[in-house]
Amino acid sequence: MKLRELRKFFWPMLIAAFSFFNARSSHAQENPYIVAYDHYLEEPGSLEIEYFSTIGTQRGGPNYHAYWMEFEYGVTAWWTTEVYLSGQSTFGDSSVFTGTRFENRFRPFKHEHFINPVLYVEFENINGADKIMKEVEGHDVESDYLTPNNEGKKEHKHEMELKLILSRNYKGWNFTENTIASKNLTNEPWEFGYAMGVSRPLALKASAHRCTFCRQNFIAGVEMYGGLGDRYSFGLNDTSHYLGAGIAWNMPQGWTIRVEPTFGLNGNSHQFLMRWGLSYEIPGFGRKVSALFTGRQQ
Amino acid sequence: MRLRAYAGIGALLLLAAAAWPADGTWDYSEIQNVPEKQKVKTNPMEKDPEAAMAGKILFEDHCEECHGANGEGKKKAPSLRAREVQEATPGAIFWILTNGVVRKKMPVWSKLPEQQRWQLVSYIKSLGVEDTKK
Repeated sequence: MKLRELRKFFWPMLIAAFSFFNARSSHAQENPYIVAYDHYLEEPGSLEIEYFSTIGTQRGGPNYHAYWMEFEYGVTAWWTTEVYLSGQSTFGDSSVFTGTRFENRFRPFKHEHFINPVLYVEFENINGADKIMKEVEGHDVESDYLTPNNEGKKEHKHEMELKLILSRNYKGWNFTENTIASKNLTNEPWEFGYAMGVSRPLALKASAHRCTFCRQNFIAGVEMYGGLGDRYSFGLNDTSHYLGAGIAWNMPQGWTIRVEPTFGLNGNSHQFLMRWGLSYEIPGFGRKVSALFTGRQQ
Repeated sequence: MRLRAYAGIGALLLLAAAAWPADGTWDYSEIQNVPEKQKVKTNPMEKDPEAAMAGKILFEDHCEECHGANGEGKKKAPSLRAREVQEATPGAIFWILTNGVVRKKMPVWSKLPEQQRWQLVSYIKSLGVEDTKK
């Protein structure tokens, strides 16, 4: 599918979704992480539509703009499922659709614990032009991104990715660590990576008045992520690492904006990435769709 | 082939959405299962005159969708004005908010800071008992 076709398909669908499911009062409570996950799943029946964008600097080649759409649905309080569609534009080259991802997160325990695990399983059907850097793993390095789009898109990758998400909230702070293992389903070795983050709302008490700019609506944090080599060469050799400082602004009516300037930490990393995202939550989406098909009153 | 994959994923999502369960009967037994140590916790916001007002806003943002505008309950979530809830200790309600009732679709709300969860408890307790149970 070409990027042009993708756009043709998406925007009308998005507008239709926003107007048809026109959510009432809703207020997301999203953390500022772009790469790391905490242990919170989507509320059951809610759909979150997200757009993320990464503008990356590239030594030895043109800079690029990679982007993805994410549809996240809370099936139950212990299972969240997501579909991703991604693309990228390399300046002075072209824009390409880079593939799809299908992700599921499961919460194995019913109560909160000292550390809360979440299991993450993802199937990726992407091509070699993919640059969204939803995570960094194995020996991913900056020079991998020099391949021109018309060559990169010819390479098809089917990957399985597993994550163990360990997260804890303590006195308003969130601490999270993700261990990543990924496998190209052709005969390639397991690759490993990590992501970790810390975040906290700027105020812990909610205001007694509805407000858009109250401190409690802003959550600030830092995250760090990078590769850990593969099965045959585990470690930090020939890997890239990043540190980003971000803020999430949870606005009324379910909108959230995240901004995260990110810096490469070694010579193998992109020097700078500007990452941001916009998301919109539709509470009760499942019930509304269910009512459409069954005629049941909500 | 690719279109078929998208259609498959779409169908799966619709199926998941349509599979929202039918009405449950609410036995409120989860409140009885709250550990004793948690039940006796007192609400540090009890004397804050604005706590219930702040809690009301939080309720509208996070709880109203399932529990109804006045906590009266809807098909998918129980009334918070039932005697079982209103007579529960603040500590018990706080524990349920923190841990959710994950197997019954009530999400974990520990992502709200502790203060905000206590503000929610203040609001829920201010709702009072409703005569007709849902």
